[in-house]
Formats: sequence, structure tokens, C-alpha cells
Amino acid sequence: MAKKTTTKSAPTSPRPNAWAQRDAKTARSLRDLADGVVKSSLAGREPKFDVPTRAASNTKWNKSRGILQMGPASNTRELFSLGQARSFMQTLLHAQSIQKLLQQGKTSSLRGMYYESKHTIAGTKESTFDEQAESDKILEDLEVTLGSLREELHIFADVRGGLVGNITFIDAGDEINARRMGSGGYQIPSIVEPEIIQFAKCDAEFVLHVEKGTVWRRFNEDRFWEKHKCIVTHGGGQPPRGVRRLLRRFHDELGLPIICLLDCDPWGHYIYSVIKQGSISLAFESERLAIPEAKFLGIRAKDYVQCELPEDVQIALNERDIARAKQIREYPWFRDHRGWQREIKQMLDNGFKMEVESLIKKDISYVTETYVPERLAAKDWLE
Amino acid sequence: MSEAATMERPARPKRQPKPRARATAESLSRQQRDISVSEFFAKNRHLLGFDNPRKALLTTVKEAVDNALDACEEAGTLPNIVVAIEELHAPALRANGDAQASKRSAAAAPSRYRVTIADNGPGIVRKQVEHIFGRLLYGSKFHRLKMSRGQQGIGISAAGMYGLLTTGRPMVIHTRPDARKRAHHIELAMNTKTNRAEVTVDRETDDFPIARLRDLSPGTRELAGRDELLAPEVFSTGTSVSIELEGKYQRGRGSVDEFLELTAIANPHARITFVPPAKGASAPDEEEPLLNDTKEASAPESDTQTAESEPPASITTLELPGVTVFPCGIDELPPETKEIQPHPRGIELGMLLQMLKDARQARENTSLYAFLQEQFSRVSAASAAALCKAIGVTSRSRVADIDHAAAERLFHELQTFKLPPPPTNCLAPIGVRQLLAGLLKGVKAEFYAASSRDPAVYRGRPFQIEAAIAYGGDLPRDEPARVIRFANRVPLQYQQSACSSFKAVVDTKWRNYDLQQPKGSAPIGPLVIMIHVASVWVPFTSESKEAIADYDEIRKEMKLALQECGRKLGTYLRKRAKMKREGERRDVFERYIGEISRSCEALTGAAAKEVYEALQRQAKRRTAMADQVLDDEGKVVKEEFDESVLIVEPTSSAQPEAAAAESVPGRSRAGGTAESDRAPAAKGQPAAPAPNRMKKGSTEKPGGKAERPRDAQASSATPKRAGKPNPRTHGRSSDSKPRGDSEGLFEDSGR
Repeated sequence: MAKKTTTKSAPTSPRPNAWAQRDAKTARSLRDLADGVVKSSLAGREPKFDVPTRAASNTKWNKSRGILQMGPASNTRELFSLGQARSFMQTLLHAQSIQKLLQQGKTSSLRGMYYESKHTIAGTKESTFDEQAESDKILEDLEVTLGSLREELHIFADVRGGLVGNITFIDAGDEINARRMGSGGYQIPSIVEPEIIQFAKCDAEFVLHVEKGTVWRRFNEDRFWEKHKCIVTHGGGQPPRGVRRLLRRFHDELGLPIICLLDCDPWGHYIYSVIKQGSISLAFESERLAIPEAKFLGIRAKDYVQCELPEDVQIALNERDIARAKQIREYPWFRDHRGWQREIKQMLDNGFKMEVESLIKKDISYVTETYVPERLAAKDWLE
Repeated sequence: MSEAATMERPARPKRQPKPRARATAESLSRQQRDISVSEFFAKNRHLLGFDNPRKALLTTVKEAVDNALDACEEAGTLPNIVVAIEELHAPALRANGDAQASKRSAAAAPSRYRVTIADNGPGIVRKQVEHIFGRLLYGSKFHRLKMSRGQQGIGISAAGMYGLLTTGRPMVIHTRPDARKRAHHIELAMNTKTNRAEVTVDRETDDFPIARLRDLSPGTRELAGRDELLAPEVFSTGTSVSIELEGKYQRGRGSVDEFLELTAIANPHARITFVPPAKGASAPDEEEPLLNDTKEASAPESDTQTAESEPPASITTLELPGVTVFPCGIDELPPETKEIQPHPRGIELGMLLQMLKDARQARENTSLYAFLQEQFSRVSAASAAALCKAIGVTSRSRVADIDHAAAERLFHELQTFKLPPPPTNCLAPIGVRQLLAGLLKGVKAEFYAASSRDPAVYRGRPFQIEAAIAYGGDLPRDEPARVIRFANRVPLQYQQSACSSFKAVVDTKWRNYDLQQPKGSAPIGPLVIMIHVASVWVPFTSESKEAIADYDEIRKEMKLALQECGRKLGTYLRKRAKMKREGERRDVFERYIGEISRSCEALTGAAAKEVYEALQRQAKRRTAMADQVLDDEGKVVKEEFDESVLIVEPTSSAQPEAAAAESVPGRSRAGGTAESDRAPAAKGQPAAPAPNRMKKGSTEKPGGKAERPRDAQASSATPKRAGKPNPRTHGRSSDSKPRGDSEGLFEDSGR
């Protein structure tokens, strides 16, 4: 975790009024939350509020829409309960910190929020927050409780994921020509809402999303996006919300197909799954993050034979991989998909996984010059 | 013995030349003769508890005190007993003159003591003196079924014999059976060959009670000055016994002091005055390993009590220089016990045959019908007739006509015949209230519980179990529980692990009551367990009466009594744990309320102080509510325990109140249900209102000094019996003196 403690100044001028409206709404819901606590305290009732449950049990697979959604269940958070008293207090502390951010018109990182609300409770040796994980969890609770996006709470995650391609857009008032990003590419920010990023000129016909920066670098170096008229993104492993939101906006607003090039292992499969229908912990965000039409180009289990890869590319599946693969195979959205059932079975039958980088065994640019173009032409992908 | 062994050895091989005839039947017969019981015990004195000098001293005191208490109770007199131990310097030591050397040798070797026990009992008729004190296995208590301390007729004569063996000095007996006549002064030595006494001095004397005892220490002089020691009015009749013996006086576990203190606990109706050997003469009070017991689980009871200056722990024990008085706590004798006939269920065939034979000899024409009713308890006329019929004889059949076969049939019939259990008026339990009072006096704890079982039967003999526990307070936390055992009100100080009561303690699953208990051992924790067995015949494992034999029936009753106490303790501990949890909960809430109210102020503008106070009130209310919430079993934990439980609030500022209370006699035999634990208080009991209070929250804190109950102390100065004036006044004025150097039973003197 990057220890980003400074608040990043967000220019206020390019923000349209829409963001101010969001702020007003957030401030209102924060106030309502605290009001409830005050009212019941003064009335001698137990202060409490409902926090929608963020757990697999409360995640519903919406088959017709092809996304994961959060169910209706919620937990009551009570002050006078030994297990909840601390998180009750933490929720209110974070609410206070967020209110401060709103008033200052600034944004803060998750780490910054942790420090903002962390202090020693007077007269004790207890700290309000012991570690950032505790704080992150409370912030997610607040998102769902207030029904606000993290962006609306003025909180950003650390930046992960990059972009290059045939597109020009405005980011916080600055024009970004993604064709001229040098070797490093454009870092996809955590907050990519239309208030921050507006698309200008787009020549791309699709988006190729790759798993890691290393692969992305190969595509950039080979100027793949130029030859194939596309945008190449990566999410540094499991893509953060900013990357997913941007992909979704490319898809929705520019009508670009999203094509994923991920490792042939359960983790690669799960990344695809998250891009496609959302994750369990962020099921409440699926509505604006999930891309049910996203496609899985590779690496495929069959590629070992099809591409005549040498034995060296094999990485044996360990027990955890196998268990995870079997678990993924049972997800409702994979269970009824014959292509995926075959794909996972074949990987298990192979007994090994393969990384995108392993294609280098054929040639350093095999992936950009042969593998991806061939597959794209053949529309050989899984959906 | 050795002759017999020689004879049984296999003959040597024949090839050996000239096998020498070692003994012939002829020659052996010349050596074969009776062994006198006194000779036997003189050789095997460890069987009687005279195995080492320290224990010999204890056993001597114990036997004499037991007899004295028995005698007083049988005569209906409140026992007033004086125990004096004087150290006598052996001539060689005195000649040496060097005090230092004398002290060293005194520590190393046993010294000579004169033990004198005087009582205000009925005295002994002159012609019986030789038999009682000069013969082993002579007594009034062996042949009857009645609860008493002594039962074998061995103890005091064996003590005299031991004295004679070690010092060569005869036993000195003063007894005055008739208040109008002069006392007898008799000195006698036992002839172990004949098991008969040889009287060396026999004269009448006016020196009863013995004046010398009043002048042993400053304390005795002070008491005598107040007419509280050996007052002639009190000792109008009575007996005193003096025995000189080799012994070793040392305080601590298994000591005379402990014995007397425990005796006082189990006999609150007795006044016991103890004059220990003069200071400096005695061996230093280091804990030295005793022969049998020290490695056993019992915890050295002391360590937690450090040198903090103790106010007088109880008003019951009075310490003066050179004398300790355990005053009479209750001016009422235990109910007089009745002698009973054997119960048919417990009889053995041989015994039945003997009884038949005795009856035949006593009266030729006795019918079996009459015999059954007269010689057994609980055999009614109807039962007798039914029994006769069952073995195929008529009600008219004479005992003389019952042959062996019929007797055997009768015996088998008796084993299964439905009869009421033996009568229980032969038993005099200590009583729950007295148990609590006794424990409260001796143990500084915070929780006390006692239970008294209904009488039960083993081998046809009624017995009754009482148990009490003390928990918490200043008791050591990480050591095994201390078990104190009594049989017919006599403390048992040795052979703990051989004792049925200790096994019952080990058997009981104390973990159910929230105590730690390693497998096969006593529970660990600040706990003292007291068990009393009352029976017409306590089955001891040996003649020295140190451990109770392990009869299933007895152990089962013990376990039930312990479980009853344990349940009460468990309820208390759970409740205490709950209160602790509540306290922690409150802490947690209070910690966060400040943060929450500040956040609320920032978010809504509501005054943080108001929110804080409102939430604080709520936190208090919510955690207080939990005091009445349901316990683990879903039942509402009662605020009040019944009166067999005593809880002492462990704060020094507490008002002096705590009460012993009488439990309900005759509660359901099942006893296993929670209901019986909470039987309603008996009406009309003289128990003081019991303020069963608990200290909320901070009960963990030990070290409070609880006031001892005063209600156990009878305030009446008027004797209830015998019409004698009661010279005893309770020395309340001197109660406020700090405890002297004499070591308390359950506490370290802090040196």
C-alpha cells in the first residue's frame, strides 16, 4: 500500500455542478446517519443503523443482466453490543473525516483516511484504528450504508493500471492524448467519473485489457494499439475500481468491445469474472462496473498444443489452484457455460497453468504479432 | 512369628550330611503362647498413631480430648476442656545448663513432655479407673451402635502405654465422680504382658481441678484470676489425665494446634483451653516433613497472608500469652444420640449365628419372632412374622430350634426383605449453620456453602455426610484445594489420600463448577473443602483412625454433598464471571462513547456533552440490567442464595455483617436438583438475617477482611443444663488484642 498521506488537490473549476450535487447528497446522508444516533441517544434508545451485508450470502447472480448484485440483507450495527461497539465508533469517526473532506473539497487516499481517523482514545491505550484493513472495511461499510460511491466520499484508492491507445480525453481539465504517452503510458486514476474524465476523440475499435504492466509494456513497445486501432489497458493484476469503471465507460459510451488477455490460471479466470459480472465484495458496484459483454481471448488451455509451446512454460497447478479452479467452475455464470466448463476442465487435465509472458518462448513479439491478431481475426474467444 | 516361618521353610535336600533338627513340634509347643493385645500394640504402636514423636504427642492429646468430649456429652454437660503441654527437661540436658545447646538438642531430638487433659465430665467411678486407663480394648463404646468419638477402647490406654514405654513414668489420673466427695488421685502403669494396670499410687485428694495448671503461663494466671480457667464450680466433677511421654511439639500441619483448632470448628459447643509448652522451650516451628502426609495434595494454607497486621479475625478465638482459648460458640449440646440395635441389612451370617446363640443362652425359650423384634432395629411385629413365615418356621418357633440351615435362610431373607432404613436419631450431625460458622472462623474466604445430606446406610449402619466449602478471599489461588476431614466431629489429620472423603473430592467433577481440576486430583483454586462423616460406627482404615474406609455408599453420599456445595459455588462463580464480563462491557462502551459523541457533534451540531451523558446513562443501565439476565441454563440467576450459602463482601470498609444460617433439615433425598439447593429457609431458625451481598465488579480483588459472624457466638451467659452456675464469660474485652504468636490454623503468622 502506498503511504499516500497527502490529500490530492482536486481542481474545482472544471467540475460541473453535478459533483457539487453529489457532495450535497453525501453530506446529507452523513448528517442523517449521525442524526439518527443523536436522536436515539437523547431519547434513551439504543443507537444503531443498518449496514447492508457485503458477503457471498447476500450476493445475487442476476442471470438476465449477467451481473452480480447485492441482495437486500443488512446487519444492524449497534453501539451496545460488545462485538460491534468498536466498529460503531469507527463508522462515526470516518463519517466525520469524510465530512471534513467534503467541506474542504479535497480527496484522500484510503491510507490517508486511516491516518485521519486514527488516534488514541483519551484515557486508554486503545487506538481507534489498529491497521488500515480495519479502516478500509469501515469505509466500504459507509459506501453501502450511505448508498454513495467511494468517489462521492472523496476517497481514492492507490493508482494501479495503465492505458495507451487511440483516444484523446480530458482529465481534470487537462487534455490527454493517449497516443503520445511515451513508454510509461497513462496512469488510470482511481476516480474516472464523467465529472473528472470526459472523452474527446476516439479512433479505437476495441479495448484490449491485459493482466499486468509487463505484458502491457510489450504491447505498447510494439505499438500494437496503432496497428490494430485499439486501446490497451492493464489493471496490475486484479483491476482496481478505477480501471473497471473506465473500461465500462469505454464500453458503454464509446461502444468498444472489451477483450481480455489474461493468464491461464484460476486467478486469470477470476479477473475476467470480476470484469464481466462484478465481485462479491463490491457487488453493490456491479451496476456501474460490470461488463457482461467482455471477452476472454486467452491464454487458453488449448494453446499449449495449438501454439506448440515448449514444456518450459508449464507451471504445475498446486492444490490451492485446483481447489480454486473447481470453485470457479461452480460459479453460476460459469456453471451453465459449456465453453468455460471445457476450458477449466482442460486446464485441470493439463495439470499446469500458463502465463501470458510464456508466449515469449515462441518469439518476443509473438503475442503482439501473431497470437492476438490471429485470435482476433478468428474471433476465437470465450464470452 | 519367626518360629513359624522357620518351620515352613522346605526341608533341605537329603544329601546334606547330618541334617540338624532345628525344631521339633515339642520344642515349638513350649514357645507357643497367647499374645497379649497390649504386647501386640506395644510392638505395633504405629498402628495406633504413635509412629513418630510429633505424631505421638498429637495422638495422645487427641485420644484424651475425644474421650473428654464424649464423656461430657454423655453426661449432658457442656464440655470445658483444658489441654496443657509442659516441656520437661531431661536431666542430662538440664545438667548441661547451656541454653543454646539445650535449644539445639531440643530441635534435633524429641523432648519429654507432660500432657494433661482435664474435663468437666461426669468423672470415673474408682473401680473402673484401672480398666479404662490401664487396659487396651476395654471400653463402653465398642459394643454399642451409637455415634461417639471413641469407639475401640484403645486410645487413651495406648497413650499411657506409650508414655510408660518412652519415659517409664506412670499415668496420673485425677477424677471426681461425686461432687460432694474428694477426688481420687491414681497413678497407674500398664503391664503389657497381662494387659492390666498396676496401680502405684491410690489416694484421695483435694487437688481437683489441678491447681498447677493455673500457673503455667501468664495467660493461665490471667484467666485463673478471672475465674475462667478450671473454676471449681465448673469442674465439680470431672477427670484429668496426665501422661509423660517422649514427643515433639511443633506447630503447623498435623500439629496439636491444628487438631484443637479443627476440633473447635467441629465442636462449637465445647470450650477448649490450650496451654502450649512455654516459649523457647519448644522446637522451632519450621515445617518439617511429616511421615505420611506432607507430599499429598493439601496446600500449605498460608502464603497469601503476609505480614499485614490482622485485626482479631474472630471473636471466638482468644489468644493470651501462653494460652489459647477456643470459647464455647453455642450454649447447646448436640442432640443426644440414641443407641440403636443393628439393622438386619448390614448383618453378616456369622454375626447372626452369634446373636442367635447369645439369645438362646440368655433365655432358653425366646421365640424367633421376639428375637427379631428385640435384637434388630426396624423389625416390626408384622415383619418378624413375615420373616418367620418366609423361612418356613412359625412365629412360635424358639430360637433354640433354629438350625444352621434355617439361620442361613433367615440371613438371605434379611438381605432382601423390605425394611425401613435404620433410625437416625443415633446420629448428631454438626449442622449446616455450625459448619458455616466453623469455616467462617477458620478460613478467610469470600464464599461459603454447606450442605447436610440425609442419613444413609452402609452395612446396616446409619451414617450422615456433611460438607462445606469456602472459596476465594485470601486462599492461595494456584494450589490444590485443602481438604479438612472430620469423623464424628474428630479431625482427621493424616493419610488424606487413603481417605474416602479425599477420594470423593477427587471424584467430584469440579470443572462443572468452573474450577480447574487436573485429572485424578483435587481441584485447583482458592478452596477449602470440609467433610464430616457422622456414624454409629465410622469405618476407619486403621486403629489410629486417620482415614475413612472407602465404602461405596459413603463415597457416594460424600460426592452428593460435595456436588451440592459445588453447584452453589458454580452458580456463584458464573455469576461473578458474568459480572466481570458486564464490567468489561461497560468499560468498552464507556471508552467509545466519548469518541462517538464528539463525532456526532461534528456531524450534526448536537452538543457532544449531552449526547455523551445520554449514552453514559444508557451504558450504565444496560450493563446493570445484565445483573438479572439469564444464566447459562436459561434460568434467572437469583440475587439471593439460600441460607446454606454465605458470601462475604471482600472490602475492608464493609460493615461488620455476614451471617451463618441454618439450612433446611430434611430436604429431599435426591438433593440433585437445583430446587433443593434453593430450599426455602426454615421458619423459626435463630439465624440472623443473612445479607447475601456480592460486591459488584471488583470481586476479583482479594484481601478484604471480612467480619466474622457474631451470631454463632451465643451471647447468653446462662447455662442451659445441669443447673450449674456458668462461670464462663466471653472475654470480649480482650478480643481486640492482636493475635498472638500462636499460629492460626489457616494462616501464617507472618514470620
